[in-house]
Amino acid sequence: MALVLNEEQRLLQDTAREFLQQRAPVEALRKLRDSRDATGYDPSLWREMCELGWASIILPEAYGGLEFGFAGLGLVVEESGRTLSASPLFATGVLGASAILLAGNETQKETLLPQLAVGELTLALALEEHHHHRPTHVETRLAAEADGYTLNGEKCFVLDGHSADQLLVVARSSGEPDSSNGLTLVLVPRDSAGVRCTRTVMADSRNAANLQFDQVRVPAEAVLGRVGEAGPLLEQVLDRGRIAMAAEMLGLAKESFARTVAYLKEREQFGALIGTFQALQHRAAQIQVELELCQSVVLQALSTVDEQPQQLPLMASLAKAKLNELAKRVTNEAVQMHGGIGVTDELEIGFFLKRARVAMQILGDTGYHKDRYARLCGY
Amino acid sequence: MEQLETFRTEVRQWLQDNCPESQRSPALPEEQYWGGRSGSFAGEDARLWFERMHARGWTAPEWPEAYGGGGLNPQQARVLKEEMKRINARTPLYSLGIWMLGPALLEYGNEEQKLRHLKAITGGEIRWCQGYSEPGSGSDLASLQTRAEDMGDHYLVNGSKIWTTNADKSDWIFCLVRTDPGAKKQEGISFLLIDMATEGVSVTPIELISGESEFCQTFFDNVRVPKENLVGELNKGWSIAKALLVHERKLMSEMGSESPRLQVPPTAAARDYLDFVDGKIADAQLRSDLVDYEMQMQAIGLTHFRCFEEKAAGVQSAAPLVMKYAGTEAEKIKSELLLAIMGTRGLGWEGESFSAAELDTLRLWAMSKAMTIAGGTSEVQLNVIAKNVLQLPQG
Repeated sequence: MALVLNEEQRLLQDTAREFLQQRAPVEALRKLRDSRDATGYDPSLWREMCELGWASIILPEAYGGLEFGFAGLGLVVEESGRTLSASPLFATGVLGASAILLAGNETQKETLLPQLAVGELTLALALEEHHHHRPTHVETRLAAEADGYTLNGEKCFVLDGHSADQLLVVARSSGEPDSSNGLTLVLVPRDSAGVRCTRTVMADSRNAANLQFDQVRVPAEAVLGRVGEAGPLLEQVLDRGRIAMAAEMLGLAKESFARTVAYLKEREQFGALIGTFQALQHRAAQIQVELELCQSVVLQALSTVDEQPQQLPLMASLAKAKLNELAKRVTNEAVQMHGGIGVTDELEIGFFLKRARVAMQILGDTGYHKDRYARLCGY
Repeated sequence: MEQLETFRTEVRQWLQDNCPESQRSPALPEEQYWGGRSGSFAGEDARLWFERMHARGWTAPEWPEAYGGGGLNPQQARVLKEEMKRINARTPLYSLGIWMLGPALLEYGNEEQKLRHLKAITGGEIRWCQGYSEPGSGSDLASLQTRAEDMGDHYLVNGSKIWTTNADKSDWIFCLVRTDPGAKKQEGISFLLIDMATEGVSVTPIELISGESEFCQTFFDNVRVPKENLVGELNKGWSIAKALLVHERKLMSEMGSESPRLQVPPTAAARDYLDFVDGKIADAQLRSDLVDYEMQMQAIGLTHFRCFEEKAAGVQSAAPLVMKYAGTEAEKIKSELLLAIMGTRGLGWEGESFSAAELDTLRLWAMSKAMTIAGGTSEVQLNVIAKNVLQLPQG
C-alpha cells in the first residue's frame, strides 16, 4: 500500500521526528546563522544521523546500506522540513547517493558508498549555471587529454558546495550548450588544484556556493558512467531530488501551518479568538484541503521511485510543482495570520518563509515543472 | 491476497461471459436504468445486464445477501469495481436507494424496515429521492420546518422540500421532518420514509440555468404516514442525516471521474479546438490553466485512492472530509476551462450548428455551478473542515 505507511515506516518517521525536534530544531539553525558558522551545519550531528542510518536508507546492504527504499528516505526528509534542520541529508543522502548508485561502476560503488553511509564522505552536485534551473544548460567543459581530462567552467547554487568533500560535476564533453547529449558526470575532490569556491549566503541560512573550475585535472576513473551519456541518468537523479525536495516542503508546510492554526486558537482581538473569524477559518480550511491533496501526491511520488520508474518524470514534476505552490501559499498565510509578530525575526515563522523560497527554486520552480508536465502529457 | 486474486480471475471471467457487448461503454443519461414503478430499460441488453447482476447481488455488492446484496467485503467490492471499469461495464442500476438510503437503513433501520425496503432497492422495484432542503432552509439545514405531528396511529406531515432530485420520477422519499418544534433545532428532527403515492404529496419540477429540471419541489399537504416508517429513534434523525451527508459528499466528489456525458475531457478538447506550435498549446494562458487543472485532478484522484487504502487499513485521516470541496470546485474549473478552450463553439444552447458534445459542454458548465451548492455549499464544507479537522474555536 503506497499511500498508507506501514509499521516500519511509521517507526522510522517517529524516530526521525523525535531526534530532529530534540537535536536539530529551528533554534539550531538560528544559532548556525547568528554565529556565521563556517560549515553551516553540525558535523558531529551528521555523524549521529548516519549512525541512525539516514545516509544509507536507499543503499543496498552490500554497500553498508539499510535498503529501506526511497519512501523511507522521503519520510526522514519530510521531518527535516518540519525542523528546517541543516545537514548533508539532501545533497549527500539524496542526490549524491542516488548519483553514485545509478551512474557509478562497481569499483566506485564499493569505494564510495560505504564511506558515504557512515558519514565519512559528503557530496555536492554541481549542476546549475543559470539563476533558473536549466539542467541541460551546461557550458562547463570536460576536455579529453592523453591521461585523463581537464575541467573548465563555472557553477552556481551548488548546495553544500562549500563544505562537501567531493563535487559531482555535470560537464559537457560534446554537443551544443543546451543539448541533453554530450553530458558527463565527474567526481572532483573539492580541494583539487584549480577549484575555487565562494560560499553564497542565502535567505534560508543554509549552504550553497558558486564554484569555478580552472584547468582542473580529472583522472579517467573519476568519470561516473559513460562519457557524454550522463543525460538520462542525471534526469533520474534530479527527479529523485525533486521528489525528496517536495517531501521536505510538505514537512515545512505542515509545520508552519500547524503553528499558524495554534496561533489562531490563542490570539485574541476584538474580544474574541481570531480563529473564530470566518475570513480566517475559510483560508485555513482551504489550506487543509491542499495539504491533504499534496500529502497524497508526495506519498505516491516517493513510492514511484521504488515501484514505477516509468512514471518518475511525471510524478516528479507533479510533486515539485504542487509542493512549490503549497509551500508558497502556506508560508505567506502563516506570516499574514500571525500579524505583526509574523514579520519579526524573533518568531521562527520567518525561517519557514525563507526556506520555502529557496526550496521552490531547487531543481525547478513551478513554471519549469508545469511546462515539463504539459510536455510529458503531449500539450 | 491470493484469495483476492482468485476472486479477480473469477469476476473477470464472469463479466466476460455475462456483460453484453452493448453495455460496455459509458451510459448516456437516457441510457441509465434507475428502476422504480415507472422505470424502463433503454433496451433488451440493459434488462439482461441488470437481471444478471441483480441475480448475483451485485447491484449492491457490499450489502448482506439477505437483503439482496452481494455480501462482498470492501476489498472484493473494489476488485469488482475495477474489473467493471476495465471493460467499461455500465452501472446496472443507478439508485439513490443504494447510494444513500441503504447505508442509513443498514445502520439505523430495524429488521422489518431492512427486509421491506432493501430488497425493493436492490431489485430496482422502488426508486427513492431525498427530502432534506426546504425553501427557507438551505445551508442552514437544521432550521427545517416541515412538520410531522403525532396523531396517535400515524404522523401527519405538512410542509415542502426543495431540490428533491428526480422527485417527479420517484416512488418514495426519505425525509427530515420536525417532530419536536420546542426542542433546540438539531434535536427535534426525525428521519421519515414517505410513499409518494400517498394522498397529499405533489411534485413540481424546477427549471435550472442549465435548461434541465432534474430538481423538483415536493409539497406535503396533510399527508398521513404510518408510524412504522420512522427510521431510528424519534427526534434523533439529525445524526442519520449527518451520516448520509457524508455519503452524499463522497458521491459528489467522485462524480466528475465517471461523468456519463458527451462532454470531452479538457486535454482532448485542447487538441480539437486549440492551435499547437512545436507540440505545445500556443495560448500560454490556456496551457497554464490546463496544466493546473490536470495536476489538481491527478492529486484528487490519488487522494481518493488514499482514502480507500486508509479505510481498508483502518487508518483515520482528514482526507475524506476535504473531497467534496476539492472535487466539486475542480468540476467548476474544468467546465470554465472547456468553455475557454472551445471559444464560441462552446456557447451554443441548442440546434444543428453545434455538435452534441458542444451543447452538452455548455449544459454541464451551467450544472457545475450547482455542484458547489448542493449537498452542502463549498462554504459549509470549509466551515466543517475548520471545525472538525482544524478544531478552530466557534464564535
